[in-house]
Amino acid sequence: MTESRPRIAVVAFPGSNDDRDALQALAGLGAEAVPVWHADEQLPDVAGVVLPGGFSYGDYLRCGAIARFSPAMRAVAVFAEDGGPVLGICNGFQILCEAGLLPGALRPNESLSFVCRDVDLRVERTDTPFTSLCEPGQTVSIPVKHGEGCWFADDELLAELEANGQLVLRYEHNPNGAVADVAGVVNAERNVMGLMPHPEHAVDPLLGSTDGALILRGLIAAARDRTAIAA
Amino acid sequence: MRATVLVRPKPGILDPQGQAVESSLRQLGFPVGDARVGRVVDLEVDAADEVAARAEVERMCEQLLANPLIESYEIELGGR
Repeated sequence: MTESRPRIAVVAFPGSNDDRDALQALAGLGAEAVPVWHADEQLPDVAGVVLPGGFSYGDYLRCGAIARFSPAMRAVAVFAEDGGPVLGICNGFQILCEAGLLPGALRPNESLSFVCRDVDLRVERTDTPFTSLCEPGQTVSIPVKHGEGCWFADDELLAELEANGQLVLRYEHNPNGAVADVAGVVNAERNVMGLMPHPEHAVDPLLGSTDGALILRGLIAAARDRTAIAA
Repeated sequence: MRATVLVRPKPGILDPQGQAVESSLRQLGFPVGDARVGRVVDLEVDAADEVAARAEVERMCEQLLANPLIESYEIELGGR
């Protein structure tokens, strides 16, 4: 029996630059990847959404602050509200935080330097669709490339997220000053996740790591389940 | 009516830009401390009076101009 290819949207904004990598990685891992333009008011018939990396709207005002008003983002919010799996990568993470779909905010790196390198991440939670294929406590190597990846939550919010098990990925060696070494978080319902590292850049041995495929395959599996339920 | 919004990183929030500016000022010989870098937004607001204008700009700040988790804001009306 061949597995079905669930349809997953990749939303491109003006200034996105990792949308094609995301499309290619998803297609290579068994999804039917569907490009969506930010001005589209409806999502096509998809069972998952990726918000890719880049510099949407030139990062004006704050990273992600303008993109959240895109027509496509209204549709993404409705999709997330309905329980659909949504993965925000880098700028996509920033957009989800600005949109209030994920907790916290992303600030300029502590060093003020743009960081671009492979980082080791500890998988803290495997009870999310996105990390369900990882082992608890597993270390994965996935590259980061960002100037504003310093995730922030105040003490109260951090304690709440820790108690709810929403802090999913942590840096082994913090590259940006993020509070509590946090690299990725999920919402309370666990169907929306954001992370600063780029899983779509770590899906082939030629790229130095295939660990990113674990995260994307988790998303694809969740989309496949959603498609089966809908059918 | 003219409105000016001053957006600042909240106290306690790390401000690496402010630190870099402070370090540069010190290199120039200015003995400064605790530099913080924020943002200024000038607006023309269509409102009946100052009370209405302030309420309107406050809504803008909460919804877009500032991120309440990490930034505080101050609104100045009239002038220039």
